[in-house]
Amino acid sequence: MEFRTRDGVAKVLNGVSYHVSAGETLAVLGESGSGKSVTAQTIMGILDMPPAFITNGSIKFRGEDLLSQSAEERRQVRGEGIAMIFQDALSALNPVFTIGFQIEEQLKVRRGMSKADARKRAIELLDQVKIPNAKGRVSDYPHQFSGGMRQRAMIAMSLALDPELLIADEPTTALDVTVQAQIMDLLAEIQKERDMGMILITHDLGVVADVADRISVMYAGRIVEHADVYELFRAPGHPYTESLLESLPRVDLRGQELKTIKGLPPSLTNIPPGCPFNPRCPRAFDRCVTEVPAVHNLGMGRTSRCHIAEEVVARG
Amino acid sequence: MGRYVLRRLLQLIPVFLGTTFLIYALVWAIPQDPFAGKCGQRPCDPAYIAEMSQKLNLNDPLVIQYLKYLGNLLVGDFGTTFNGVSVGEQIATSWPITLKMGIIALIIEAVIGIVAGVLTGLRKQGFLDNLVLVSTLFLISLPVFVTGFVLRLYLGPQGFDLMDTSVSSDPTFGELILPGFVLGSLSMAYVARLTRTSIVENRRADYVRTAIAKGQPQSRVVGIHLLRNSLIPVITFLGTDLGSLMGGAIVTEGVFNINGIGGLIFRGIQEKEGIMVTGIVTLLVLVYLLMSLIVDLLYAVLDPRIRYE
Repeated sequence: MEFRTRDGVAKVLNGVSYHVSAGETLAVLGESGSGKSVTAQTIMGILDMPPAFITNGSIKFRGEDLLSQSAEERRQVRGEGIAMIFQDALSALNPVFTIGFQIEEQLKVRRGMSKADARKRAIELLDQVKIPNAKGRVSDYPHQFSGGMRQRAMIAMSLALDPELLIADEPTTALDVTVQAQIMDLLAEIQKERDMGMILITHDLGVVADVADRISVMYAGRIVEHADVYELFRAPGHPYTESLLESLPRVDLRGQELKTIKGLPPSLTNIPPGCPFNPRCPRAFDRCVTEVPAVHNLGMGRTSRCHIAEEVVARG
Repeated sequence: MGRYVLRRLLQLIPVFLGTTFLIYALVWAIPQDPFAGKCGQRPCDPAYIAEMSQKLNLNDPLVIQYLKYLGNLLVGDFGTTFNGVSVGEQIATSWPITLKMGIIALIIEAVIGIVAGVLTGLRKQGFLDNLVLVSTLFLISLPVFVTGFVLRLYLGPQGFDLMDTSVSSDPTFGELILPGFVLGSLSMAYVARLTRTSIVENRRADYVRTAIAKGQPQSRVVGIHLLRNSLIPVITFLGTDLGSLMGGAIVTEGVFNINGIGGLIFRGIQEKEGIMVTGIVTLLVLVYLLMSLIVDLLYAVLDPRIRYE
């Protein structure tokens, strides 16, 4: 996956691979610019091409490769098979249409429901995402909702066609901490109820720990580590994950300076040779600069792209 | 909303008074003998001057003159010219023609402008985009009378004989299409560019991405989600434009020999018929004020985030 821009070709994604099963939550963790949202948008097929180019790879959904499907077939998958919710619900919802209109539109256009049935179903959906007085609020506009309510409405809209997979792209980043927890609880609950697969894209380790089953950590357009959530927190298998965990504020270390990761993530038009994390890695040695680390299998489905993955994980 | 409309209607009163007074003062208070050249080569008969001065209240101070004029206006009396022609009757015959032409111009500029704007906005930097950019620049830089004469000449019998370009004294809609096009051509170029910019700005908006992610068909993504948001500034422009179209019809009406408001006002100025000029300009001011009120109200309908209270 590349972006061809005037400043050169940005290799946005490189060898990214993950899978999600029904009822499972995969968290995709990474800093801004690590390619986590682009991955999601590639899966949805909503990237503008050009500038985006998929040079190779496959996206399999229900056993079929989405990349070999026609534009029309992919459109049918969107909403019905895979749905997506976005970071900022205020800008992601159309400001000039009511919440009801935007949910009903899915039901009417995609399912051929009548106006009255669609309205009834929209109210049900708003009820399911616990919007109080759903019947009264269905004809409100997005700006009349609070931030948390807007994200709930967005979730209701994404559920309209009963998707099998939900991609949540930083669904709580724009919200207050208390509201964040409510939205995450809601997502977890809905997922369980519907036995739906979920890809949760986030940079928030706290959010991940609560709801995810497995985690893929992304750095500079690659997955550097993939592990079970419990295993990852117990013993990270990549120095980047290790640094991320160390940069979490902890109550027992109150008064000490918070650890940060030195430097900035690399520009995707100019990824450093060898391991892309080597300029910032506390454990880097000469091989890291010259050789791209292969995927190390750490057992139990864990992988890490680090030359000394075994050593890192053993230290945990 | 009801209170807002009422407040806006009340606001119309001082604006109306201010603008009409200004026009009245400008027309009548100019330091010149209003009877100069009214009676052919020789000076006017003192009896005539006395009679007309009495009739037009020219002996009163300006403010009183204005108030008397306003009083007559309120009962629908636009007064009579020096030749004794009723201004009201003149306006009544010319007004519908200009209004018809203005509406035709508005429809043409809206339809062609928006379609061109949407097509080019969606496909930036294509052949069509360049074509529209160049042709709109052309229309914007050409004076309307040039566009008018050229089209009249080349489409008419002396040119390629594609249509009858003459306009009768009581024109039908068909006859007014070409003049309407000429009248609206400048605004059409602006509408096309405004729509294009607005589409380009909004097509990367998050809500458009959401509509695509929902799997809505392309026609709905563009036709409903994108267009509805992008047209808000365009419709605002179109609304206020009807006023300028009617005021700006002078040139177009001249080119096509149309007996409309523009011709009337032009003759009024030439013949120093102050009462004619004031009457028509007052009407145009009213159209302007009403259109801007309608636009403001429409704005709240188009964009639910705007509330007037």
